Amino acid sequence: MKFSLFVPREKGAEEKMTLASEIETRLQQAFAPRSLEVLDESEQHRGHGGYSPDGSHFRVRMEAEALDGKSRVAKHRAVNAAVADLFPRIHALAIEV
Amino acid sequence: MSAQDQIAETNKANDVVLYMKGTKEMPQCGFSSRVAGVLNFMGVDFKDVNVLADEEIRQGIKDFSDWPTIPQLYVKGEFVGGCDIITEMTLSGELDTLLEQNGVTYDKAAADKIREANA
Repeated sequence: MKFSLFVPREKGAEEKMTLASEIETRLQQAFAPRSLEVLDESEQHRGHGGYSPDGSHFRVRMEAEALDGKSRVAKHRAVNAAVADLFPRIHALAIEV
Repeated sequence: MSAQDQIAETNKANDVVLYMKGTKEMPQCGFSSRVAGVLNFMGVDFKDVNVLADEEIRQGIKDFSDWPTIPQLYVKGEFVGGCDIITEMTLSGELDTLLEQNGVTYDKAAADKIREANA
């Protein structure tokens, strides 16, 4: 199974890894995906309204049997539902499924 | 009028509605900006609703379609998607098809230009 987690090296890296890891754990549990990447893209949004050095902007790339054949909206809903309890801490979640 | 009623009215009165942060002329968020930019470039006549101007609409639109993020695009009252979905549909040509099926005029050549630029 392909899995990679972007772990930034600068200050605040520990918190970032934590939230990205939490997202990754939720998705693993919910979908047992064929492939999964959770990327922390927060640094690309530095200076933007929702930016937080503790991790704010994430991208999920995932392939999972449970999503196969579903509409785009249904896939996104499923991903969002799996991380719903983390949403208050996530400013933006880009989804590629 | 409740926020839910207001949203339903807006979606009924306008063929294409984009709930966004900021306005189509001055978006306040990169994700809203991208979708508004695509629609502007494609010459789609759409109603923009600035959720930053109304906290009840900002929360109300998330409840309306059980969708946690902004922007949200509606065509003929149907929820189409957010930034990622609209981006994918633009590049695949599905957005063209959706607009055509709903009788919404747009500039096909402009849509092709977006696809050429991102090929």
